[in-house]
Amino acid sequence: MTEISDLVARAEKIADQAGLSLSTVSRKLLNDGKGLARLKSGGQCTLKTLETARTRLAELEQSYAAKDQPRPGAVTPKPDVLSARAMTHLDRLEAESIHIMREVAAEAEKPVMLYSVGKDSAVMLHLAMKAFYPSKPPFPLMHVDTTWKFKEMIAFRDETVKRLGLELIVHTNAEGVAQGINPFTHGSQIHTDVMKTQGLKQALDKYGFDAAFGGARRDEEKSRAKERIFSFRSREHRWDPKNQRPELWNIYNTKISQGESIRVFPLSNWTELDIWQYIYREAIPIVPLYYAAKRPVVKRDGVMIMVDDERMPLNNGEQPVMETVRFRTLGCYPLTGAVKSDAATLPDIISEMLTARNSEREGRVIDHDQSASMEKKKQEGYF
Amino acid sequence: MANAPLTADDNVIDYLAAHERKGLMRFITCGSVDDGKSTLIGRLLYDSKLLYDDQLAALESDTKKHGTQGEKIDFALLVDGLAAEREQGITIDVAYRFFSTEKRKFIVADTPGHEQYTRNMATGASTADLAIILIDARRGVLTQTRRHSYIASLLGIRHVVVAVNKMDLVGYSEKTFREIESAYRTFAEPLGFQSTAIMPLSALDGDNILTKSSHTPWYNGAALMPYLETVNLSAVDESQPLRMPVQWVNRPDLDFRGFAGTIASGTVRPGDEIVVLPSAKRSKVARIVTMDGDIQEAGADMAVTVTLEDEIDISRGDIICAGNAPAEQTDQFAAHLLWMAEEKLFPGRQYLLKTANRIVPATITELKHKVNVNTLEHMSGKTLELNEVGFCNFNLSQQIAFDPYTENRRTGSFILIDKRTNATVGAGMIDFSLRRAQNVHWQDLDINKTARANAKHQRPCVLWFTGLSGSGKSTVANLVEKRLHDLGRHTYTLDGDNVRHGLNKDLGFTDADRVENIRRVAESAKLMADAGLIVCVSFISPFQSERRMARELLEDGEFIEIYISTPLEVCEQRDVKGLYAKARRGEIKNFTGIDSAYEAPEHAEIDIDTSNVSAADAADAIVSHLQEKGYFKL
Repeated sequence: MTEISDLVARAEKIADQAGLSLSTVSRKLLNDGKGLARLKSGGQCTLKTLETARTRLAELEQSYAAKDQPRPGAVTPKPDVLSARAMTHLDRLEAESIHIMREVAAEAEKPVMLYSVGKDSAVMLHLAMKAFYPSKPPFPLMHVDTTWKFKEMIAFRDETVKRLGLELIVHTNAEGVAQGINPFTHGSQIHTDVMKTQGLKQALDKYGFDAAFGGARRDEEKSRAKERIFSFRSREHRWDPKNQRPELWNIYNTKISQGESIRVFPLSNWTELDIWQYIYREAIPIVPLYYAAKRPVVKRDGVMIMVDDERMPLNNGEQPVMETVRFRTLGCYPLTGAVKSDAATLPDIISEMLTARNSEREGRVIDHDQSASMEKKKQEGYF
Repeated sequence: MANAPLTADDNVIDYLAAHERKGLMRFITCGSVDDGKSTLIGRLLYDSKLLYDDQLAALESDTKKHGTQGEKIDFALLVDGLAAEREQGITIDVAYRFFSTEKRKFIVADTPGHEQYTRNMATGASTADLAIILIDARRGVLTQTRRHSYIASLLGIRHVVVAVNKMDLVGYSEKTFREIESAYRTFAEPLGFQSTAIMPLSALDGDNILTKSSHTPWYNGAALMPYLETVNLSAVDESQPLRMPVQWVNRPDLDFRGFAGTIASGTVRPGDEIVVLPSAKRSKVARIVTMDGDIQEAGADMAVTVTLEDEIDISRGDIICAGNAPAEQTDQFAAHLLWMAEEKLFPGRQYLLKTANRIVPATITELKHKVNVNTLEHMSGKTLELNEVGFCNFNLSQQIAFDPYTENRRTGSFILIDKRTNATVGAGMIDFSLRRAQNVHWQDLDINKTARANAKHQRPCVLWFTGLSGSGKSTVANLVEKRLHDLGRHTYTLDGDNVRHGLNKDLGFTDADRVENIRRVAESAKLMADAGLIVCVSFISPFQSERRMARELLEDGEFIEIYISTPLEVCEQRDVKGLYAKARRGEIKNFTGIDSAYEAPEHAEIDIDTSNVSAADAADAIVSHLQEKGYFKL
């Protein structure tokens, strides 16, 4: 065995043992990531280089051998030291979301965060606070208020922005209000379209936002599973599922033409369980409606609707009854079904979710008509 | 949706503590529709009890409508998301799926397997730790198996599971399995995967998915799910030097200046010496700041904010590197490029190249070879079409810091963006710099015409369009400039509009003024050629002598006379600006063709009559002429 082939063989062995790539070892020995490959395929080097490489290889072998055999009583790394190896799935999801938010802050002209007051928004907002700390997030929050949100949501919203010292834009579709659009007379579809979808488009156009964060997750619904993290909208706010930009690595193409905009979904890879675990881990405040309490409800078409204010018309013979209920998702109160539950703490909620047999969207009235309905809504500009 | 149903006695807090410590693994599934890929994913979701009752109910109703499995639940319908795809019965995009077990959370990129969806597969593979490659046991290792394996290795996936599916349809034959196993190992050897596990499965019936199947007693390996839960992903190589691309500069007030970014490799601690590229300024890490207090160490994949001991100028696009091992910098490199757009690659055209944190203009100067993704053969070619892979030389307008992709996926990758459509058209993996960066000593070069022209990868010239008013000079000149611009050429157009209103606004239309007008235009064109530009000059320039004067100002071969020889009658008939009518009525004096002479060129390089040829064809002919004569290369 020649000296060179001996060196290469030893280098390969240490690379294998230490789990390093051969080019890394090569760089360590020869200051050249391709050096070993060249030697292996018959290349030559000077005696001096060979000597240096041998010395370094011996050091490497020694240090690996030392690492490999734990000394008695050796201290294992402290678990509270954050090392890359110790990143949990929540850590990784958090890091990915923060990366996405910073990318938007750096590249968009005028970003905004859509804040819907629900648990996903709570997580998204918390991540934004972390991403830019000690600065405040460099964008305002915006809430598209349909005027039919639960009173507790509005109170929580106002309390949250005050506590965090953030700017909040509240937009309501004034035309819709003037026309008296409401979920009772006009049905869920028209109400959602006018007050939510149209309201959102109006608000984005009015302020000229070119990037808007939304809290949607891919696990919520099938059409979302294929949506990009950076999702492009035409001037008319339309989504074209056939013409999405490929997203590779963590490199996001944020280039847009005048008038186009991007919806950005930093929570794309989170699941409902991840959201709850993270809320628990980080002690993030959420709207009390998620916790079980006695609330006045009426039962309609198998869904329990909470009577949140006097605008709720009661049918003949309908009487609100007090039930111990909570909400798994939050929206307009007439469109959001309550579930019977005793879960009054976060662990209770998580425990209940782990044993639940129905997905969270099931309580939303808008998804029911047909399974492709969300995709249609999105093409029309719904978030 | 519990992995193990919780009873009332289960302690949720313990459960949460345990599940908070789970790791995360991303994998991709590759295979064609017929291999049962979607069925396999559906099966994993189903068997890990991640389906809710309402989803199951929807699935059952969907099975009746679209299903292809008769009475059995068609798991594929669970993962084929978009309505159009369902109708066609194929998956056409990347869909992300999530499930988790007690040990790991999984993110699955479900991508189509056909050759026309190579880009979708590459997208899924770019973030995956592992690839599951499906093989139909009845068909064995096919062309597509090779393609999927190659793309996985190209995108840097180190771990592969080969799922030999549909074993039920070959009677769980060990012989069939062993043949496939050995064929795959032979073929995949040069791809250099760190681990390759080959498993006999039936996704439809659940064999070897959650637990070992009694149908394959001869199989000694693990079932799929336990394997995915425990496979040792290449541990983050902590010995890799620090790379932290700066994404955003955090400046809440004058006292705080932090640099936010996701660590691409290595670790960082307060006190570590760092060097910032490209400025090569050095400092030490002061703090690693988080909302929950400072931390003492951060590693790869963490999104952090660091402050430094010295006030040095750092902005988005810079990379913070370990002080003793900075990344290489270059403006020319060789890379593998996957083309992702319908419109083919134009070598020579300028694209935007986006790395981890910065965008620079870039051109592909040479396509060294294409790679046949099915056979891995190298082939020659002039361009890349959708889904083709090539090995190319790149030239950037600025230096970037990088590491070879095989050493660092985060600092060795880039995307290409089309400047006009903003579409993502290519994905690249850097192999090596074309300059020996450390050995380059910058010299003060005399910057001359050649140097300027070389920087633009073109030979400067003046395209002199002459012809009657209304002959179509400006229309053709504009089209030519547009095409050249599209090809990444550096151009300028001088015409009556931008010269008469400024430089020459003191001149009228007498013969003397016409001569002076042309002299100034010719001198301006000469300066622009000296700057390395391709200049379009569009003037009636009726007199031969002035055109000769312009020709003589320039070097041999730089002056290209283009005679737009559209006949007077046609020009007068068009009379776009109504000038001929005015001239005929005597309202304009000295109008060329009416009461002032036009001396047609005798030796024009190019002669075009726009009454016979469309402006677009004329422009194409001129651009091809330039290309043929070597003014620039495609």
